[in-house]
Amino acid sequence: MRRAEDMPQGWVGSSPVRLDGLDKVLGRARYLDDLTFPGQLWGRTVRSTVAHARIVRLERDPAFDWSGLTFVTAADIPGENVVQLIESDQPCLARDVVRHCHEPLALIAGPDRERLEEALAHVLVEYEPLPAVFDPLASTQIFKHYAYEREAGRIDEAFVRAARVVEGRYRVGHQEQLYIEPNAVCAVPRPDGGLSLHGSMQCPFYVHRALQRLLGLDDDRLAVIQTVTGGGFGGKEDYPSMIAGHAALLARKSGRPVKIVYGRAEDIAATTKRHPAVVDHRTAVAADGTLLGGEIRIVLDGGAYCTLSPVVLSRGAIHAPGAYRWPCCRVDARAVATNTPPNGAFRGFGAPQTLFAIEMHIEKIARELGLDPVEVRRRNALREGDVTATGQRLRESVSALAALDAVAARAGPLERPPRGARKRRGRGFSLVWHGAGFTGSGEVKLKARAGVELTPNGCRVLAASTEIGQGTVTVFSQMVADALGVPLDAVEVAVPDTSRVPDSGPTVASRTCMVVGGTLAGAARALERRLSAFAAESFGGDPSRVACRGGVFREGARVLAPYSVVAGRHLAEHGPLRIVEQYSHPPGIVWDDDEFRGDAYPVYAWAATAVDVEVDLDSYETRILRAVTASDVGKAIHPVLCAGQIEGGTVQALGWALLEELRHRDGRVLNDRLQTYLIPTALDAPPIETILIENGYRHGPYGAKGVGELPMDGPAPAVAAAILDATGALVPELPITPDRLMAALGKDPA
Amino acid sequence: MSATLELSLTVNGETRTATVAPLARLLDVLREAFGLTGTKEGCGEGECGACSVILDGELVNACLVPASQAQGAVVTTVEGLAARDGTPSPLQQAFLECGGAQCGICTPGMLVAGQRFLDGGAPATDAAVREAIAGNLCRCTGYAKIVDSIQRAAATPSPPPGERAGVRGPGDR
Repeated sequence: MRRAEDMPQGWVGSSPVRLDGLDKVLGRARYLDDLTFPGQLWGRTVRSTVAHARIVRLERDPAFDWSGLTFVTAADIPGENVVQLIESDQPCLARDVVRHCHEPLALIAGPDRERLEEALAHVLVEYEPLPAVFDPLASTQIFKHYAYEREAGRIDEAFVRAARVVEGRYRVGHQEQLYIEPNAVCAVPRPDGGLSLHGSMQCPFYVHRALQRLLGLDDDRLAVIQTVTGGGFGGKEDYPSMIAGHAALLARKSGRPVKIVYGRAEDIAATTKRHPAVVDHRTAVAADGTLLGGEIRIVLDGGAYCTLSPVVLSRGAIHAPGAYRWPCCRVDARAVATNTPPNGAFRGFGAPQTLFAIEMHIEKIARELGLDPVEVRRRNALREGDVTATGQRLRESVSALAALDAVAARAGPLERPPRGARKRRGRGFSLVWHGAGFTGSGEVKLKARAGVELTPNGCRVLAASTEIGQGTVTVFSQMVADALGVPLDAVEVAVPDTSRVPDSGPTVASRTCMVVGGTLAGAARALERRLSAFAAESFGGDPSRVACRGGVFREGARVLAPYSVVAGRHLAEHGPLRIVEQYSHPPGIVWDDDEFRGDAYPVYAWAATAVDVEVDLDSYETRILRAVTASDVGKAIHPVLCAGQIEGGTVQALGWALLEELRHRDGRVLNDRLQTYLIPTALDAPPIETILIENGYRHGPYGAKGVGELPMDGPAPAVAAAILDATGALVPELPITPDRLMAALGKDPA
Repeated sequence: MSATLELSLTVNGETRTATVAPLARLLDVLREAFGLTGTKEGCGEGECGACSVILDGELVNACLVPASQAQGAVVTTVEGLAARDGTPSPLQQAFLECGGAQCGICTPGMLVAGQRFLDGGAPATDAAVREAIAGNLCRCTGYAKIVDSIQRAAATPSPPPGERAGVRGPGDR
């Protein structure tokens, strides 16, 4: 045994202080709005006030003093007026027609924020109204439709054989990501006619390609640079391409740096949300709760433009059967258009919506059959060797039962108040799975690249993956340090800058650790092999026995040279050394896009959740007393950060369960403030017990799978199940507000 | 031109002055006039707590405080929590060790609210700590590790008075 990776130094699996932590606790971390750019102007956006209309007039009020202000409309766009994404159907600035309220129409930049505010009111817009659609079930415009089946020929028979057929409709609403740092960018024009774009974002290369298309710029005249980012949760996946385009247009026209920082109300009203969904289940079950077959119909509300809806829909459709075995089933999924702002990425990406539905449906099945819902889950849970609804055989790292058992054991007995009490207690469980990495052939098409470059004391990580709080910089450094055999502080992580780092893909889909981290660990191992061979040659030794460990090259026990000496000599003799590798799926992972069949993800993470609630039967308010989660993440590279992901995601999901819903009237957002769109505070959040299960994935770095999205899936259905347990009411719609609970209990909310 | 205010206040132990509009927000004075960008703006209407600072011993949202109200005040921001040599305070150290900061945007406000709580000397029960930070929203952590951090700091002996940049020794006021 000689390879460094076979002799882990122990960074992986330990919890060093996060590498960006000191700057953050000292108040030194510079977010976009903390940066100043010489000569910088402020930018603002003129937005539509109607949901669907033809624009008949858009001009500046001649009575207003426009001197010193830069005004931009769609006519100023040098390239294509689109926000580059899947279908690229969304304009950067509306030209003839607006399709949702808050849609960008024009832009203004100037040095003084108060005058800009006044100027906004002096842009004259007249509309000719067009009919608008707000109910996704009434929409006739389909962005994407997927239908897939497993053993379709057996479905009819399953319904004939069934002891019972259980039907249910489940709905969820708009949820706002509510990162605490609003969207913010600054576009800086360069003397060469190019542009540098700094901003809070998840996906620098999305922004890069969007700006190229909008501005018609070559690669070498464009740099997109991520600044310290105050949360994303999917909300900074595609929207930064829009706001970056706006700042860039203003910067190009004014010749000055232009900063756009959204206020909270603008950010809530105009940017993407979680897709609302309506999911119908019809299921054939045996008397013992065994699932015999089923039909699932999904409608996602995509909003006014297609944006990411097709991929949100595919993840939603694949996760819709839940973590269960289905001998046969049929899934029909569509994403449709409505005249509300486009819905987009939000942690979980379609899966939380469809998993809420199946988990509530399991509760309903158990109740109708008089069975324990945990036993129904156990009976049907996917096991190693089982085949999923898309025909994927699960070869390894399947932990549905382990997670369920761990949570049930930890939860212990629930103390219930005496019969007849006005405050009832209940406990609910959920069981979920979450595919790690892009859906289907996403990773194959993307061909993510990431690498390392040699530095005098270690290496520098080169990747476009962003640190948005989840710990990217720290876990990358841990994995690379162990692979290279150097101390943690010998690894630097380059700022994601599209002119300097390879395209490792977007920071989404629970792919950063598994896909990009694995690629980086591979590149670091290649660097270690290269340097080991060089050390053997320079200092005498058998290359097959030389390895670096703890920052020292050794042949067996014999010290050859410290890393810095070997690296210094290599740099002097051979110049810069950069090793960039490309991710590829492990062998045997095959997905057929046309048939919607095969290995939808290389591997899945699994989680079970138990939630205890207290429901006040006078106020119909629900208080969450406790949450217990067990999550199989393959390997927790950094257990503290990993638990932090799970706890944060859990509370975000608990907010969705009870509090969070963006409401619209005629397509206009009603609750665009933190006084009206409530998220959990420290008093709302319960104590959380987090159990990490490490059922390693053979092809993941150190066994790691994905974790970021997993905790968003399970808590909401567990809350609903707990309320069912406490009150006997199955509330099929999130969030479970007092009004909805009253209605479900047959009381009149008025 | 509207009237201006010759503002003078003590920030993190130093006397600072600026000429500002009387209704300028303390948040903008700190960030723009004094360059203290550690204090963040998350909502601009006192709901999120990202701009929390301690003003004359009270925890306030700097986005709701007009400059005129800060005349002569003693203000502590996140930049004033560490020792003068930059050593993190016990609370900052606890945030590092317990994982109390993720994206970091709420962290300055959380630290300031947490420090105000610790300075009050009340027992750091789970309920008391949650109450103390109830005005500070965090979207990353689910609060668990923030509560842990504050409780750990409460169990750590505090540095002698005057060590912290933002806190003046007895008799200074």
